[in-house]
Amino acid sequence: MALTHPSGEYPVVVVGSGPGGLQVSYCLSRLGIEHAVLSADDAPGGMFRSLPIFGRLLSWSKPDAPFERGAREYEWFDHNSLLADDPELRGLVPAEMNRDFAVPSRPEMERGLAAFAERADVHVRYGCRWETTRRDEDGSLVLGTSEGEYRCRAAVFALGVTDPWKSDIPGVEDVPHYVETLEPRAYEGRRVLVIGKRNSGFEIADGLLPWARQVVLVSPRPVQTSVIALSSVRVRYMQPLEDAGLGGGTLALDAAIERVERTADGFRIHAHGTTRPGEVELEADAALAATGFATPIRDLGNLGVQTVAQGRIPALTPFWEAVGAPGVYFAGNATQGAPGLRRHGVGASSPAVHGFRYNARVLAEAIAERHFGVVPERATFAPGEVARFLAHELAHGPELWAQKAYLARVVALEEGGAGRDAGVQPLSHFVDAAGPDAVAATIEMNAAGSIYPVVYARRGGAVTEHVLEPEPQHAYHGPGYLAELEGLLRS
Amino acid sequence: MGNGADTETLGRLALFADLSRPQVEAIAHTFEEEMFPEGQRVLRQGFSGSNLYVILDGEAAVVIDGKERTRLGRGEFFGEASTLLGTAPTADVVATTALRCLVVPASELEGFLMAYPAVAIRMLKEAVRRLATTLQWL
Repeated sequence: MALTHPSGEYPVVVVGSGPGGLQVSYCLSRLGIEHAVLSADDAPGGMFRSLPIFGRLLSWSKPDAPFERGAREYEWFDHNSLLADDPELRGLVPAEMNRDFAVPSRPEMERGLAAFAERADVHVRYGCRWETTRRDEDGSLVLGTSEGEYRCRAAVFALGVTDPWKSDIPGVEDVPHYVETLEPRAYEGRRVLVIGKRNSGFEIADGLLPWARQVVLVSPRPVQTSVIALSSVRVRYMQPLEDAGLGGGTLALDAAIERVERTADGFRIHAHGTTRPGEVELEADAALAATGFATPIRDLGNLGVQTVAQGRIPALTPFWEAVGAPGVYFAGNATQGAPGLRRHGVGASSPAVHGFRYNARVLAEAIAERHFGVVPERATFAPGEVARFLAHELAHGPELWAQKAYLARVVALEEGGAGRDAGVQPLSHFVDAAGPDAVAATIEMNAAGSIYPVVYARRGGAVTEHVLEPEPQHAYHGPGYLAELEGLLRS
Repeated sequence: MGNGADTETLGRLALFADLSRPQVEAIAHTFEEEMFPEGQRVLRQGFSGSNLYVILDGEAAVVIDGKERTRLGRGEFFGEASTLLGTAPTADVVATTALRCLVVPASELEGFLMAYPAVAIRMLKEAVRRLATTLQWL
């Protein structure tokens, strides 16, 4: 059998075999763009063999939903499966789920990804570790790997945000990271200090509640209960927060840690209160640093790749190209490095599969068009059909619902009210780029949790926004909305 | 995951000069950092739902109806008027170099200023200074 993707020259090289890498590869293949996929792992979805520590994802995949599995509209109800044109290849994660929970376990997720890779013919060279990167004089990128050199015009790094990261608190180096959390029974009878009050901190607190004598969570920022209430991560926070709120033993303290000290029996931390001033000193039998993760960008900084969040996340353009390094793209969780417009302070879903799978498809189209002049064939609309198409997308377009105020459906407007589908685009690109007359439709959500459609119209180069009313059943394809869209298209 | 900024960088800004280190650390952990390439619009004239931005590094131009009015640099902020009043910005703000900002979401600004009155006073003084400069032009 021929070797999968031997070293050499390819139009595009994709690094990574998690959901981001698999999705980009699938979409590039559909566009006819030849590429190699490299992975240091030996099978797809390697992260899910060890993380999340307590074994279950946070995002839903509903086996039963208002739309049939396999329909495009069903994607919004299944946040973990990858996208495919063939209905048979859709919804592969819920197909693995036993329905004990609405969110998949790690093995269910891993099996769903493996099924996708196999059935959608995504070929990966496994056991091939990317190690170095350089740019040649002709502008091409050269990736040095454990299996030889790969040369390409564009490289997509789908590396995850999976490198354990610790803040620079003196003494924190002695504290095991979240990924080093032991079996829960190892904490039986012990007082456990958790540094960090975000998802992974509360995941530990939740997992250790039946075991540890006491769990104490410490970080400078108070838990933002109003934000969590609207997000799927709330399941992890609920039990420990209730315990803390009722005085059940769990503590969630707002304090900046000055230093961590090892003692004969455990740890002592010295901290200063943030929401309540004053010194805080805590002793514990065990400690864990739930301080987050970084994207393993290795030597990409030498190519000009810049980062935010203290080096953890690459800074990206609206099309997920590294700021300062043309031709270097990111897919997967790291696409949060292009935060979009953050309208009303609400962020995108790019750190989760249901957000970044759409980023991956838009990215594949952008690479195909920019580097290879390949543009997918898309629908055209007779006068009168444009509003109907946009209304359907507003009601059921999974891209718009998953990536609110981040991705938009764009239709180019032509003479006499006709239109041409211009695909899904990053909203920030649409509002800032010059171009011919067009409309972009998206779903947005404000800080209070209200969900409503917004239409952006570009005429004569100027873009205006049109916020439509929310509707409790989200029936944005109804007659009232249709009339409003028709009016907008006429004006 | 929160993409917090660096405590040292924030601590050096005039806006946060009156805060204790733990307070600055809380801010660094609460709000996200964002980087804009040169030429990118950060604030958009006439678009609702914008946020407050504090410049950590780099420079930006304030542009009204296509005409540049002034430049902003490290430690300066923009978007406060539209955020506090809940209106659309009356200017574009465009990165003139690579620009690093701390982003305070509109929905959190009032709570933020009430939690740190010293920051509110600093912001008020700067707003008054800008108003005085504008009045001189009239």
